[in-house]
Amino acid sequence: MTEAILISILVTVVGAATPILLAGLGELVVEKSGVLNLGVEGMMLVGAVTGFAVTTMTGVTFVGIVAAAVAAAGASMIFGYLTLTLTANQVATGLALTIFGIGLSSLMGAGFVGQTVERIGPLFPPALAEHEHLRVLFGYDPVVYFSFAMTLVVAWFLRRTRAGLILRAVGENDVSAHSIGYSVISVRYMAVAFGGAMAGIGGCYYSLVLTPMWAERLTAGRGWIALALVVFSAWRPMRLLAGAYLFGVVMTLELHAKAAGFEYVPPEFLAAMPYLATIVVLALISMRKSVGSQAPACLGQPFKPST
Amino acid sequence: MLLELEKRKQPSRAMLYLTPVISVMLTMVFGATIFSLLGYDGPEAVWDIFFVPVLDIGAWQDLGIKAAPLILIATGLSIGFRANVWNIGAEGQYVMGALAGTGVALATWEMEGWWILPAMCFAGMIGGALYAGIPALLKTKLNVSEILSSLMLTYVSVQLLYFLMRGPWKDPEGFNFPQSRMFNDSQILPEIGNTFVHLGVPIAFIVAVIAWYVLSKTVFGFEIRVVGAAPHAARYGGFNQKRTIWLALLAGGGFAGFAGILEAAGPYGQMVPQFPTGYGFTAIIVAFLGRLHPAGIVLGALILAISYVGGEIAQSSIGLPNAASGLFQAMMLFFLLATDILVNYRLRLGGARSGGAA
Repeated sequence: MTEAILISILVTVVGAATPILLAGLGELVVEKSGVLNLGVEGMMLVGAVTGFAVTTMTGVTFVGIVAAAVAAAGASMIFGYLTLTLTANQVATGLALTIFGIGLSSLMGAGFVGQTVERIGPLFPPALAEHEHLRVLFGYDPVVYFSFAMTLVVAWFLRRTRAGLILRAVGENDVSAHSIGYSVISVRYMAVAFGGAMAGIGGCYYSLVLTPMWAERLTAGRGWIALALVVFSAWRPMRLLAGAYLFGVVMTLELHAKAAGFEYVPPEFLAAMPYLATIVVLALISMRKSVGSQAPACLGQPFKPST
Repeated sequence: MLLELEKRKQPSRAMLYLTPVISVMLTMVFGATIFSLLGYDGPEAVWDIFFVPVLDIGAWQDLGIKAAPLILIATGLSIGFRANVWNIGAEGQYVMGALAGTGVALATWEMEGWWILPAMCFAGMIGGALYAGIPALLKTKLNVSEILSSLMLTYVSVQLLYFLMRGPWKDPEGFNFPQSRMFNDSQILPEIGNTFVHLGVPIAFIVAVIAWYVLSKTVFGFEIRVVGAAPHAARYGGFNQKRTIWLALLAGGGFAGFAGILEAAGPYGQMVPQFPTGYGFTAIIVAFLGRLHPAGIVLGALILAISYVGGEIAQSSIGLPNAASGLFQAMMLFFLLATDILVNYRLRLGGARSGGAA
């Protein structure tokens, strides 16, 4: 009995953690390259609406997810062009991207409000996915496993590959990386596009799996939590995974309290918890003295090759 | 076509003032195109959004009412942005200011007197400033990014608003609707003459003038500019960076909180759960469009107010969704940031080096 409750709680936590894990992994790579893209929330919304619209029109969820990734990566290219080519302020441009994403997604989604799609089923066959105990491991949709795989891929890429080394070099010291012949700007463009694609997949997880429908501002600020998660992780993929699940627990508190008939704390307080927890966590992280050295050294600074 | 960028020895003043104008014009052109592609009447949408509100004198009162909170919030934010303090949680400070002022209104609901409105406004400013003080404390003590903390607090303030409206502050005679009591006559901002423009509108314009004076003519304004432009020089000059962070956030929060209570005691006349309307975020665009200068901010706020009022016009005339005006606003900011490069760089047709050595 209690075991069944625990398993169902775990399933909701996985659901809440997956989109912020995906978006956080993307942003981690972006920030490792020395770019701060505050447009995550906007890109997630673009992904959410595109994924929903394309899935509705084609009837194929996979196509919807790919379209979400492409659309959000496309939106991230606006940010890339402004900040990398035109050296615009990254903070302001990222904010603009979020405002843009909110407006564009509401506009594109206006015709889809109230419609539903069939939610993505589990990856594994029912014998495993619906098994009393094994469903803890096998009961999830493909995107969940994709998010695990991507955590490993990003960790491996940054630590073990030559391309990952170049990306980190560009983020730590753009002038040196440029002087030994690496194209700082194109590396950063690729990182920004990757970040956009991941945010897009994270965003469409809301509209295709968690709700599954389209509503304005569906992501409700989770893009910002993904950004905080990157700081929390100290720019390390495996720690980002752990952080995403920790936040997943906090984000589903309201749900679990309601299910358990817990009435002592107002629901609004529980709804505010993820945001309060983010602030507390950021404060705790910042108390450690070494944290300053963990952020990529060139984070947020524009780079102009000619100067 | 090869375009080359050549760094100017000095930022171009002409371009500094011209790029906001260029961005608005580009927004119109691109906006018309995008909305046509989406199946709406694009040129009509641009006409309705940008021109009808200006040409229709009846809409001017609306423009003032919409511009007032934007002027106040953007003026406060511009102080921070000048010092590289990125307070993007003005929306939350706006809500908290309104809530603090509403608290005074609810405590005095059976009273009357000239002092009630000023007390509400004072509470609003303090409420917003204290709320912005949290990111300031976290930033100066623990070096927590004010971007994330101020934004997270916005979501928290909205939940607090919901809680108060559904619980302790719910109007006991309100048929169970989640909203506060209506403010009484001593708690509502008077309207000017026989218009429906409330007193908060001229106040916002006056505040912009005061802010212009403080920022351009006093040591405080100078300090803010120096800390933003050259932190090292500022330290050398004896300006304290932490104090600037505090001042910037408290001022930003105070202005936003003031805007919040003026809005609650003005157009709303009570507190409602629908109170957060995104002014705190739009004000970021206003601040940039206005070049962080109070005079520019007044103009920027009027342009954004036009797009709000025009958005409603386009909604009823050609069925353009409400989100359209948000899209126009974001595009304006994109184009402004994109054309900003013209302030520091000169565009030149590359390839032929006819210009010689510069």
